[in-house]
Amino acid sequence: MLKITLDNLPKLLAALSELGELQVPCENKSGKVDFEKWNAEKRPRFDITLTSKSAKDLFFPQVEDLLAFKTKGKNLSIEQIMPSDKKVILMGVRACDIKSFELLDKVFLKDPVDTYYKARRENTLIIGMACSEPEETCFCGSFGIDATAPGGDVTTWITKDALYWQANTEAGKTLTEKVADLMEEAEASKVEEQAAVTKAVLEKMPLANFKVAGKIPQDELKTFNSKIWEEISAGCLSCCTCTYVCPTCHCYDIRDYAVSDNHTERYRCWDSCLASDFTKMAHGNPRKTKVERFRQRYMHKLVYFPNNNEGDFACVGCGRCLQKCPVNLNIVKVAKALEVSEDV
Amino acid sequence: MCNCGHHHDTLIPQIGVITDICTETADVKTFRVEKVGGGKLFEHLPGQCAILSVPGKGEAIFSITSSPTNEEYMEFSIKRCGSITDFLHYEVEVGQQIAVRGPYGNNFPVADKLVGKDILFIAGGIGLAPMRSVINYMLDKRADYGSIDIVYGARSVEDFVRYNELSEVWPAQPDTRVHLTIDRPQENWQGNVGFVPAFLKDLQFTPDKTVLLCGPPIMIKLCLAALVEMGFEKSQVYTTLELKMKCGVGKCGRCNIGGKYVCKDGPVFTCDQLDEMPDEY
Ligand code: SF4
Ligand code: SF4
Ligand code: FES
Repeated sequence: MLKITLDNLPKLLAALSELGELQVPCENKSGKVDFEKWNAEKRPRFDITLTSKSAKDLFFPQVEDLLAFKTKGKNLSIEQIMPSDKKVILMGVRACDIKSFELLDKVFLKDPVDTYYKARRENTLIIGMACSEPEETCFCGSFGIDATAPGGDVTTWITKDALYWQANTEAGKTLTEKVADLMEEAEASKVEEQAAVTKAVLEKMPLANFKVAGKIPQDELKTFNSKIWEEISAGCLSCCTCTYVCPTCHCYDIRDYAVSDNHTERYRCWDSCLASDFTKMAHGNPRKTKVERFRQRYMHKLVYFPNNNEGDFACVGCGRCLQKCPVNLNIVKVAKALEVSEDV
Repeated sequence: MCNCGHHHDTLIPQIGVITDICTETADVKTFRVEKVGGGKLFEHLPGQCAILSVPGKGEAIFSITSSPTNEEYMEFSIKRCGSITDFLHYEVEVGQQIAVRGPYGNNFPVADKLVGKDILFIAGGIGLAPMRSVINYMLDKRADYGSIDIVYGARSVEDFVRYNELSEVWPAQPDTRVHLTIDRPQENWQGNVGFVPAFLKDLQFTPDKTVLLCGPPIMIKLCLAALVEMGFEKSQVYTTLELKMKCGVGKCGRCNIGGKYVCKDGPVFTCDQLDEMPDEY
């Protein structure tokens, strides 16, 4: 294990930014902390546990161009806009978001591979960061995620005065060799102490005992036909905020944008199964009401996804939906309601 | 996948050219699509779909109505119902290039489970489009299958798609019968009048046939009920579903029914499979 004092941290960031585009949590102009390209003027906000948006943006951007069409009379040409091959170092990712990459991999890297996602994924080195000040809304432990051991190519821990550094993968080791000069050897004991304290804190958190596995009937029809949906969805505004901030939501749309009369660009962008026109066709809509759309989102996360992916739920307990929903609806409420309704 | 040598993403279409347009009914046209310079853009199996697009009008998914045994081109019978289909109907002329990607989805099991079976096709309206791919495939490999019955219903005589094949070509094939019905009586119409589910009962099919059923969701539900009454097992009835789609590969999250993605796990399902899925189509 290596360490660097916090005073010297900017030197490490500068060195890393020479090796790739360094993305760290930074406060943006609107006062929110999100991943941004670092430069010497920017102060990383490793003190913030949860970025406002999840880090999925780095692999599955909110908007991305796919191709350009050029037309000439009846003729058409297609130019693929190739996925970026720039090297990115993504630093300060928490355990929940790292787990979400694994879940997104199950979608985008499954045959046929999404080459845009794959290119970004392969060109990005992940430096995880252990949590030491979890938020009240955190419940990653419900999904077996250890907030104090986030993984990634490199894992880091921050204490009062230093950042600790441990390479995990081959890529992480290669990176470490390039910046090791800036750091000194360190004992793991400091980090272990901190982890023990954090774990004790996590045990006292409001959602510490909330569990999903084994609680919700994984029988599609049974949970689909549960009585809870109408009542629980009643307050939802269909604003889609919960899907946009969620690290595991992956619905997208493909749209065309006319640049000029004979030049059109096709892009994809985040979409939400909660949007009223999501499944609307010319001859009908299989999910006409909010109840059906709300049910779809949670059925996907709690039943369909795990049934298709070896029991993994499409939630990592980051708590963003708990923080951001304007009417205080969230996956915890839904999961608890389903659990209760099973006893009835 | 195309074989142009480039590494394509599945979301990136190829260029096809429309080489023929046939007006079938007031709101259905059949478009013939080839590679620029001739030949098919890709191989497919009966029941599979392709996503067509016109720049600026977006994409839409259509079943491939021509048979895989057609070596020269693909055909799509398209009903007019919105942005891209309006464009195809009103603006497109022969020679127009369009963007095509595919094939997507599974197929009717023509090479295994359907071999040797007596087949009953049931189609309503534009539902003939995916059926036609299977019918022509089977007729090209006639010896592999038992008897073939085709029941097809439309609003009126003018609404039959591919009337020439229906009335002349198919009935002339060995052990092949075509049974047509229209919703309301019409002058000079000698055939049956009435809805398909009732017509099925009148025709008294024995439940030893394997059924391929395609049409609007309500017709599927009613025909299935009629078939069950007649003694058919739901596992003997194949159908194909149509939902809104974007990616075609089970990623954009748009076309699922329960845990199944229609674009990838479908569009072909047996009706006993549908019973295990939420009623959301
Ligand atoms: S559902 Fe909520 S808690 Fe779970 S991963 Fe998504 S935003 Fe986070
Ligand atoms: S954030 Fe809340 S109100 Fe908005 S769509 Fe999600 S559940 Fe509904
Ligand atoms: S069309 Fe995207 S998941 Fe089926």
